[in-house]
Amino acid sequence: MDVITSDNKPIIQVKELVKKFGSFTAVDHISFEVNKGEIFGFLGANGAGKTTAIRMLCGLLEPTSGALKVAGFDGYHQREAIKRNIGYMSQKFSLYEDLTVYENFRLYAGIYGIPRKERIKKTDELLKKLNLEESRNKLVAGLPLGWKQKLAFSLALFHQPAVVFLDEPSGGVDPLTRRTFWDLIYEVAHQGITIFVTTHYMDEAEYCNRVAIMSEGKIVALDTPLALKEQYHADSMDGVFLKIARNKE
Amino acid sequence: MRTILYLLQKEFIQVFRNKAMLPIIFIMPLVQMLVLVFAATMELKKVDITVVDLDLSETSTRLTSKLEASSFFHLTRAQLSPAETDQLLLKGTADVVVTFPHGFEQDLKRNDEASVQILVDAINGSAAELSNAYLQTVIGSYNMKIRAEMMGVPKFTPPQQVSVIPSYWYNPELNFKYYMAPGVLVILVTIIGLFLSSLNLVREKEMGTIEQLNVTPIKKYHFIIGKMMPFLIIALLDLTFGLLVAKLVFGLPFRGNILTLYIFTSLYLFLVMSLGLFVSAISDTQQQVLFVSFFFMIVFIIMSGLFTPVESMPVWAQNLDKINPVYYLIRIIRNVVLKGSGLFDMTRELISLSLYGLTMFSLAVWRYRKTV
Repeated sequence: MDVITSDNKPIIQVKELVKKFGSFTAVDHISFEVNKGEIFGFLGANGAGKTTAIRMLCGLLEPTSGALKVAGFDGYHQREAIKRNIGYMSQKFSLYEDLTVYENFRLYAGIYGIPRKERIKKTDELLKKLNLEESRNKLVAGLPLGWKQKLAFSLALFHQPAVVFLDEPSGGVDPLTRRTFWDLIYEVAHQGITIFVTTHYMDEAEYCNRVAIMSEGKIVALDTPLALKEQYHADSMDGVFLKIARNKE
Repeated sequence: MRTILYLLQKEFIQVFRNKAMLPIIFIMPLVQMLVLVFAATMELKKVDITVVDLDLSETSTRLTSKLEASSFFHLTRAQLSPAETDQLLLKGTADVVVTFPHGFEQDLKRNDEASVQILVDAINGSAAELSNAYLQTVIGSYNMKIRAEMMGVPKFTPPQQVSVIPSYWYNPELNFKYYMAPGVLVILVTIIGLFLSSLNLVREKEMGTIEQLNVTPIKKYHFIIGKMMPFLIIALLDLTFGLLVAKLVFGLPFRGNILTLYIFTSLYLFLVMSLGLFVSAISDTQQQVLFVSFFFMIVFIIMSGLFTPVESMPVWAQNLDKINPVYYLIRIIRNVVLKGSGLFDMTRELISLSLYGLTMFSLAVWRYRKTV
């Protein structure tokens, strides 16, 4: 499953990417690159086009025009190859609620073709790490939301993808759970896995290596949080975002 | 291939974890077999006949007793005016009213002929025709008898007569249940095949779980087969269960090879499930799937020859039946069960069903999109 990419070569390359739904342009000529091992944040208000963009990157949507490469594969003709090399955590919890924690692991490991021995070993490790050992044979439906999200995150990583896409991963959970969730994200990034995360929480943007701010389908700013704060003379990402919003008016 | 096994494991766990499933699997076939087979009968029994004998002669009384002796009629005698007779039919108290007018016997003796009035409630046309034909037969044979008596020939035998001795094959007792039971079995497997698998797929769309699957490198045909197999097995289980009920309750004779039956039923299920999954591939909600599947099922069943013979439909409708899966299976299953037809007696059906199934399966796989 490992993808051979040299460290200086970007793992996601997007050029002039467009997605139209009828006459509505959800994503309007966006271009950016994401390097291996980076935590790349995609910021924007609801309806700015973040989810549409992430779905194209995951091979769930066909782009209208523009160039798109993920892990070296083309977003038009090699979508299934992209899928083999990425993990995805949807905005809406989408694991099987009527299966147990373990059964969900078994199913997805099976789909990705992970051998049985490896699956059993990894499942045990992960459940231990997430403190979910006791819930191993419980139905997912009965778990608290924070746990479900941790579970979905670990499952997105189970097959050791090169890139993980997280679509508003910490929506609806308390700040403490969010904090521990980001600890998990850092840990994964240290292992060299690229993280692509969308959010509308500005404090989360501070945790990213670089952020792109989207508004009405366009990328209006892209840099490290530090550089953006300097550029907009703000002391937080919240301030940056507000200034960008005001400039537009 | 291993992916399919994991998918099947998942589907089976989910199906049996669903508390509504077990009643569907075991109670539905029982109710269908016990209720439908008895209820959906075309046999005419106990036609309510009212005899208005205004003559009260020996001839009319004897004819009335003849009618009464038939198990076909449930006879009531009454003295009514013509207006009251109308009311009787209008209210539905009687299906047939036979009136012997005043002077019936006298006419017969004097003029060599007499009239009897027969009024039949013909809302159900075929039942009316049958009752009338039966009445005519009874009256006709009575006619011969009294003629013979009146002419004074002790043993009247017509000099030349073609005698017809029918021999009913495959269902010698003309037991209607033998005809209906296999058909009801078809409805049973159709409901399971058409609805359970297609609702299951579209439910994943509604729950959003399909998105997580779509972002994996899962093959489309793996996914579709995974949705099919559990319900194919459940449907075959139900077929077995239904056959047992038919055998034990109706004493349905089983003349054919059971394997032939399972081969054809599996092919049929492959076809209708593909059809159902095609519908759910193009739908977004369970409601849409239900409506479309219902539409097809009703049309298929009514045109299938389950209740009415296909041969009496207009030619264009008969041609339309060539794409009706239910029509195929009902004919096949009746042939296998009652005639004992084998696989090679129905190679044409075998080929048609296979090709049709493969086409629909390809359509379902093609139309199922891993993109949103």
